[in-house]
Amino acid sequence: MTSTPYAEPPPRPTVGRRLSTFFYRHSYVGLFLLLLVPIGWLLIGYGGSLFVLLLSSLWDTDPFTSEVVHTYNLDNFRRILEEDVYREVAWRTIKMAALVTIADAVLAFPIAYYMARVAAPRTRNLLVVAVLMPLWASYLVKAYAWRTILSGAGVINWALDPFGLSFDGYSSVGLWLVFTYLWLPFMILPVYAGLERIPTSLLEASADLGGRSLRTFFRVTVPLAFPAVVAGSIFTFSLTLGDYIAPDLITSQQFIGTVIYDQRGTNLPVAAAFTLVPIAVMVVYLIVAKRLKAFEAL
Amino acid sequence: MNDARKSWLRPAALAALLVALAFAAASCGGDDDESGGGDAASTEIAGLGTSLDEIKQKAREEGEVDLIQWPGYAQLTKEFKQQTGCTVKTKDGATSDDMVQLLTSGQYDGVSASGNASVRLMARGDVAPVNTDLIPNYADVQESIKNQDYNSRDGQPYGVPHGRGPNLLAWRTDAVTPAPDSWGAIWDTNTPYKGKISIYDDSIFIADAALYLKATKPDLGIDNPYQLNEEQFNASIDLLKGLAPNVGEWWADYAKQIQSYANKDVVIGTTWPYQVNTLTADKKPVKGIKPKEGTTGWSDTWMIYSKAKHPNCMYLWMDHMISPEAQALVAEGFGEAPVNLKACALTKNKNHCDQFHASDDSWWDDVYYWTTPTADCGGKGGTCKTQEDWVNAWTEIRG
Amino acid sequence: MTESRLTQFFLRLGAGFTLAFIYLPLILIGFYAFNESVTQSWPIENFSTKWFSVAYHNQDIRDALWLSLKAGIGATAVALVLGTLVSLALSRFHFFGRDAISLVVILPIALPGIVTGLALQTTYTTVGLDFGLLTIVIGHATFCIVVVYNNAAARLRRLSGSLEEASYDLGADAWQTFRFVTFPQMRTALLAGGLLAFALSFDEVVVTVFTAGAQQTLPIWIFANLFRPREQPIVNVVALFVIFASIIPVYVAQRLGRGTATGVPGGGR
Repeated sequence: MTSTPYAEPPPRPTVGRRLSTFFYRHSYVGLFLLLLVPIGWLLIGYGGSLFVLLLSSLWDTDPFTSEVVHTYNLDNFRRILEEDVYREVAWRTIKMAALVTIADAVLAFPIAYYMARVAAPRTRNLLVVAVLMPLWASYLVKAYAWRTILSGAGVINWALDPFGLSFDGYSSVGLWLVFTYLWLPFMILPVYAGLERIPTSLLEASADLGGRSLRTFFRVTVPLAFPAVVAGSIFTFSLTLGDYIAPDLITSQQFIGTVIYDQRGTNLPVAAAFTLVPIAVMVVYLIVAKRLKAFEAL
Repeated sequence: MNDARKSWLRPAALAALLVALAFAAASCGGDDDESGGGDAASTEIAGLGTSLDEIKQKAREEGEVDLIQWPGYAQLTKEFKQQTGCTVKTKDGATSDDMVQLLTSGQYDGVSASGNASVRLMARGDVAPVNTDLIPNYADVQESIKNQDYNSRDGQPYGVPHGRGPNLLAWRTDAVTPAPDSWGAIWDTNTPYKGKISIYDDSIFIADAALYLKATKPDLGIDNPYQLNEEQFNASIDLLKGLAPNVGEWWADYAKQIQSYANKDVVIGTTWPYQVNTLTADKKPVKGIKPKEGTTGWSDTWMIYSKAKHPNCMYLWMDHMISPEAQALVAEGFGEAPVNLKACALTKNKNHCDQFHASDDSWWDDVYYWTTPTADCGGKGGTCKTQEDWVNAWTEIRG
Repeated sequence: MTESRLTQFFLRLGAGFTLAFIYLPLILIGFYAFNESVTQSWPIENFSTKWFSVAYHNQDIRDALWLSLKAGIGATAVALVLGTLVSLALSRFHFFGRDAISLVVILPIALPGIVTGLALQTTYTTVGLDFGLLTIVIGHATFCIVVVYNNAAARLRRLSGSLEEASYDLGADAWQTFRFVTFPQMRTALLAGGLLAFALSFDEVVVTVFTAGAQQTLPIWIFANLFRPREQPIVNVVALFVIFASIIPVYVAQRLGRGTATGVPGGGR
């Protein structure tokens, strides 16, 4: 018969416990250690690589052997800025990226909305699986299938033939279709997640305040889902900006990716200098996206 | 949970560490780019045997050879593996620039280099001269191909010749009439085949433009289509810019071009005999010729990387590719002239060597083998445009 | 549901259209896997299953598949560890450089693949690293970190820190808390993130072209053989096989990942 409640003796101060207490009291050390390996990997491994690439953009090429010569100069940047072709290629690629992003947003929204708010839970799961599956189909095989579809003897022309129409698939329009197709899942998923996050109570409140369906849609849903669209657009934009495989399959025009890829062996410094264009574009895009709160919608 | 104090220290320290490491890497790395070619280049490669028997024995231990090749070049790889124990792994190159870039990455043992790759690789020291005593079949190679400026340097042979061939003007006989005999069929800016022309996607094609100008504008004074002064170069570029809007396909992948000809997406263009062979074997009505102005072409050499990981297998491979059996197969399969005339008795088509002019050196007088332009016009005086100029101009032409 | 019947109708229509757009080319690939002819033309004349056996007996495909699996597992493992560390740091601590760090984490996947690939290749050559499985894994892991981080961070955001604080109050140390409290709650999010990272790595080609050297992962094998007349139908067979093989992991990931960001940032790389 005891009247004092049994109390556990304090745990023995093992090394682990002492370390743990130390980290708790000096949390910034804990934070530092947590971040050391991953951020070290990213900054040194990845950031360092980018640095080496950008450094080589300041170098020169031997005019005969195409070897990289370590003399510092700004000629490569002068060439990128002065010669028309680089400007045209950059502009062409940015335009294509923008058009692809818009097309993907338009195509993604209905299905994402349906999945998020209208479909029954079972249908929703099936639809998510259905949208994710194409990610596993090889990008190359999909692009090549489109090459067959777009060909003069392909499905599209075969379907248009009875009407006497023909479609030149190996063109910018064809490439736009291919890019839109390839990146669509990367737009659908963030938009779906974003729409799912909208509390139904907000939409009901809007209805209570007299907003009809379409009005609620444009005044409430779209603004709330916008960050998610921006998040998805980061990928559609970036993937189009640097792609060098699909343009080669579908058109004969040059894009930023194909120019860099073609010059990587014979004139690495110029290729490296030209990479500054997509890097600059994406950094600006990311900053704008951050302002629009897209990072939380990723 | 908890606010961390002095949190700016971490990012700052990491940033400083990054900058320091990157500088270190960049400056250390510089040495790797220096060419290994010294004064008289040595045929010695680390690990290479000194006698034929030693090579064969070491090759068995190596067990593998990694090659960069033009598509369709490697032949009898299974038999080679059985005889030598070396598994053959190949990587197709699309252009010579591709091949130079691949070889200098250090992951391959050898390459079947055309002149515009071989001269650069020799100058960079990335390929080593070969000790022909250790390659028995070398004795059977035609003398007229040995010791040329694209496969030798300072009197040393830098590889083993493989074969030579012309770039052809090829067209679909059911779409192009009458049958053309001149490159004008392509260069005509009012061509009826607009959008259905197939052109090789590499800066070396500028030489084809120069070749056409050599015949049609003699007052430009073009002699060697690879050594062009400012005026000649600009004229060639202008000709190409006139061609560009009519081009339906810029090809670098031979199989893509085969498909385009087969589907009639293109009806005329420049190609290798390999494509013509494949299409005619597939019953497609395609014909290829060397037009009256002459043509560009190639004379290829198997070269060994100076730091090859499997030098013994590579030496055996070089010997294997100039054996009569392999030469016969590649000559017929790809559509080129063999360099070992003993192969002529082994080809399925007994007239192959005659049809491809293997021993008729005069036929090759107007076939200008691919080579790299030099600023000194090949030593003839004056200033010529360099490889760098050609590559830059090509980006401009492609738009 | 607050949507009117008309809106629902149009939504169904739009969703159906998009789904058709997504799946018709895939169905076409399926057809071509059974195409008897060696060239991929339309319409398909004869059907045959012979390419399945050709693909099965092709040693290069087996080697490439094996290399892809190894690279995928390696990259996913590294990404899981690093992604977990970063997500713990960024969700449980508030500090000055937090935004910058989230930007650094997302950068490898936000920058176009050709930039990443060229940068890595140039660095490997400069440093003298041998190209192979190691360089492939380093490249993939770098942009897979954000995939894992996303899922883990989203889960951690939904779990308040109070359970962990309670654990500390009850006398557990940091490692015990992580092992018995935090990790079990994060487990399914990590699994979903890991599966998505594996998918990314498995199909990656844009960066791998630069980092693989002479080695061939499955996408690189496809890239090299895409146009080879004799190999073309085999490529479609391989693609079909991968699509079907992926149904189970995708479904599992979806069930597990419920309550996390299903978004993946990714690369059709």
